[in-house]
Amino acid sequence: MHNLNSKEPTGSIEGRWDKHQFDLKLIAPQNREKYNIIVVGTGLAGASLCATLGEAGFNVKSFCYNDSPRRAHSIAAQGGINASKNYKNDGDSVWRLFYDTIKGGDFRSRESNVYRLAQLSNNIIDQAVSQGVPFAREYSGYLANRSFGGAQVSRTFYARGQTGQQLLLGSYSAMSKEVASGRVKHYSRSEMLELIIVKDKARGIVVRDLVTGKIDSHTADCVVLCTGGYSNVFYLSTNAKGCNTSAGWRAYKKGAMFANPSFTQIHPTCIPPTGENQSKLTLMSESLRNDGRIWAPKNEKDCSKDPREIKEEDRDYFLERMYPSFANLVPRDIASRAVKSICDNGRGVGTEIDGQKLGVYLDFSTIIDKDGESKVKSSYGNLFDMYESITGENPYKVPMKIYPAPHYTMGGLWVDYNLMTTIDGLFATGESNFSDHGSNRLGASALMQGLADGYFIAPRTVIDYLASVDFETIDSTNPEVLSAVKSAEHRISKLMNAPDPIHSPDYFHKKIGRILWNCCGMSREKDSLERAIEEIKSLELLFWKNIKVTGVDDDFNQTLERAGRVADFIELGQLMCLDALAREESCGAHSRVEYLSESGEAKRDDKNYSHVSAWHYDESGPTIIKEALSFEYIKPSERNYK
Amino acid sequence: MNFTLHIWRQQNSQSKGSFQTYKVDNIDSDTSFLEMLDQLNESLIADGEDCIVFDHDCREGICGACSLVINGYPHGQKNATSTCQLYMRDYSEQNEIWVEPFRAKSFGTIKDLSVYRDAFDRIIQAGGFISSKTGSSPEANTFPVNKSDADSAFDSATCIGCGACVAVCPNSSASLFVAAKINHFDKLPQGKIESHKRAKLMVDKMEEEGFGSCSNHRHCEAVCPQGIDLSNITKMNSLIKPY
Ligand SMILES: Cc1cc2nc3c(=O)[nH]c(=O)nc-3n(C[C@H](O)[C@H](O)[C@H](O)COP(=O)(O)OP(=O)(O)OC[C@H]3O[C@@H](n4cnc5c(N)ncnc54)[C@H](O)[C@@H]3O)c2cc1C
Ligand code: SF4
Ligand code: FES
Repeated sequence: MHNLNSKEPTGSIEGRWDKHQFDLKLIAPQNREKYNIIVVGTGLAGASLCATLGEAGFNVKSFCYNDSPRRAHSIAAQGGINASKNYKNDGDSVWRLFYDTIKGGDFRSRESNVYRLAQLSNNIIDQAVSQGVPFAREYSGYLANRSFGGAQVSRTFYARGQTGQQLLLGSYSAMSKEVASGRVKHYSRSEMLELIIVKDKARGIVVRDLVTGKIDSHTADCVVLCTGGYSNVFYLSTNAKGCNTSAGWRAYKKGAMFANPSFTQIHPTCIPPTGENQSKLTLMSESLRNDGRIWAPKNEKDCSKDPREIKEEDRDYFLERMYPSFANLVPRDIASRAVKSICDNGRGVGTEIDGQKLGVYLDFSTIIDKDGESKVKSSYGNLFDMYESITGENPYKVPMKIYPAPHYTMGGLWVDYNLMTTIDGLFATGESNFSDHGSNRLGASALMQGLADGYFIAPRTVIDYLASVDFETIDSTNPEVLSAVKSAEHRISKLMNAPDPIHSPDYFHKKIGRILWNCCGMSREKDSLERAIEEIKSLELLFWKNIKVTGVDDDFNQTLERAGRVADFIELGQLMCLDALAREESCGAHSRVEYLSESGEAKRDDKNYSHVSAWHYDESGPTIIKEALSFEYIKPSERNYK
Repeated sequence: MNFTLHIWRQQNSQSKGSFQTYKVDNIDSDTSFLEMLDQLNESLIADGEDCIVFDHDCREGICGACSLVINGYPHGQKNATSTCQLYMRDYSEQNEIWVEPFRAKSFGTIKDLSVYRDAFDRIIQAGGFISSKTGSSPEANTFPVNKSDADSAFDSATCIGCGACVAVCPNSSASLFVAAKINHFDKLPQGKIESHKRAKLMVDKMEEEGFGSCSNHRHCEAVCPQGIDLSNITKMNSLIKPY
């Protein structure tokens, strides 16, 4: 039986990270160049880590599937990044950010990790500013903040609606500096296909050069995965098209545990789909909920009308009605479920898909009347432009239409306090791990976590690991390396040569996406989850029988890339349903219809489910291992946003 | 909507490419340009043919991956828009469409519509950063920055590194891209310290990578999806004057 040791330090929570850092081993500057570290993924989490390890003098090899690190999916984050600077003097503090994150995660995360995250939040802003990240400023010249996604304090730093872009360009430039110094060797258009384990330690990866199709091995002393989230398992999501689960999934298949796979976040404010051929959904930043008011027609008969002709008394500002104190700023899961239930009850607006109108209004007329169009433009100009270019409608004149979409995955590889997975020498950071957000992530906290991991935590803990272990030299002729390469080649050959090739990767991707959206999306239920598991099993068989990849494998072949990712999504989909089924409670974004209060709020079962569900894989299939959570500082309370 | 597409197909960087003609029918007007290509690729798979390779990722106009020349215009004719933000309703008047990769000496074609833009990464590596190290930064509010400077730094920083400015330039100059980065940092006190050195290093690298220099055709400004202003180049030129 496997045990999970979170390696959390003890003692007073304020001092835990400091004490732990002191206990972590160091490597003297003159010895650092003897160590080699592989970093897979160069979004915020990976680029910040590459920069920091390079500066410290270690040898880093980094990889990404994009044609440049600057294009990682982090680039698309819009709204902002949290920090407890309390510049607004509105009562914020490390403690409050800690409290809000634990509560927002609905008491399914570790106190020690979350406290550390809140502590480090402030250093991140300092770091970003010194790199030249052009955050919004007040007329005084000091940094501006806004309130974001359910927070009652203004702690969010932002760069218009392009915060992720500016932060990533900051990390990318810092990393570029280390590429120039020779400490970081970066490989773009390279996809990790396998993890190499030698004597129970992660020692390298197998990579496919996406341009030539060539498969190669790379070895090192340890491996850090910074490969992002898996929302694309739903096919339609707000993630970039290439986002995938493959790196983490390959590690899972080799023994790294996967934690809380069913904890996925559905973002309430996305542009609704308009047809069957839609390839992705676009997020409209949550910051819009600060000034926009969400409503649906009170009467079904008004749903096809021009919204401007619907009288004030015929509009249902349902979030303001249901949650008077938080109103339009309730957390994402609550807002998403409320929108879904309005549409399920026939009061949706917009294009009808499968017999249902999927959309509600997000209306700015109140604030435009009050402050004028130019004020609104200065806060949200680029978001409004984006909306107009996608929908062809002018949101200054006609209310926006929004609908929830898969957006973020709290689940991911299980890691201990050192961000190490259950495989020695394999670390996971950023969205690819499960660490800090429990069953629901607060807005503007993912950027914070990715950068805390990359700039401040992993650089300390990875070095401690390197200093603690004696490494034998291995090279590309090692039998474990050869066998990992073989297994990657074998998989590709299976994808290229299905017995009865009929359907494209997208065909299967849409199928798995549809099953999960219906059964493991905003609401989950025992029967439908059990059905979904059976359906996915048959889909998996069909996939390997009927997958059709044209072109050849030793070439730039995007169809082959997609096929490999979809194969992993199908397997992950099963685990998500198993996980959702095993958790017989509702918490955060995980909403089991059997366990909701009368008013539709999640009913947690702390007695039986105050744990992290970590899934371990071996030939006999997945088994669940539980990491019990204990709350010393924040007493679990019912989340109530009424 | 029905379209006749002439799409550049090229097997690899060594081979000679040519336009191939395809027909796509029953395209919904709310379909994006890239989704239209997705649909074409699905039909190619059905016919057992190799798909058309094109770069894309975010499909929200921010990652800078998408890079098509459509009817002669990088990112199509629509103003201040990247390829992924084009919708077929924008093409209601044109049912014959020519699609090519971004072309420039320093951007070799990899396959079909995809090109190498690694030269941009190397220009950034040459000096497109502030030499601050993790952990060495002062408290963020230590140095106030005039709001108008911060806003103007942001306007330059918003470049997505797509390369349309290079593709459209008769000299294949990367001046707009390089100038945007130089100005972003120059507007901020923490970046200004290295401004002259940075400008020199980046411009030298640009030339070394085979990009031409700017002779004021101004096409770059017109195709730039982020509306990066030509005045960035003037500013850059003043920074690289001998000092
Ligand atoms: C539209 C949108 C808006 C958002 N807005 C906000 C916001 O306002 N505030 C906030 O805090 N969070 C926001 N988020 C969430 C946040 O952006 C992400 O959680 C975060 O950026 C993830 O960073 P990351 O470095 O972990 O992963 P990513 O940025 O996704 O990077 C993943 C990296 O891994 C590489 N990679 C992946 N798989 C492989 C493989 N198999 N082989 C090789 N390389 C691989 C990729 O090339 C990439 O470099 C938003 C998310 C979305 C989708
Ligand atoms: S300046 Fe404009 S056109 Fe040139 S790379 Fe930047 S965003 Fe693209
Ligand atoms: S696909 Fe990202 S900018 Fe077009």
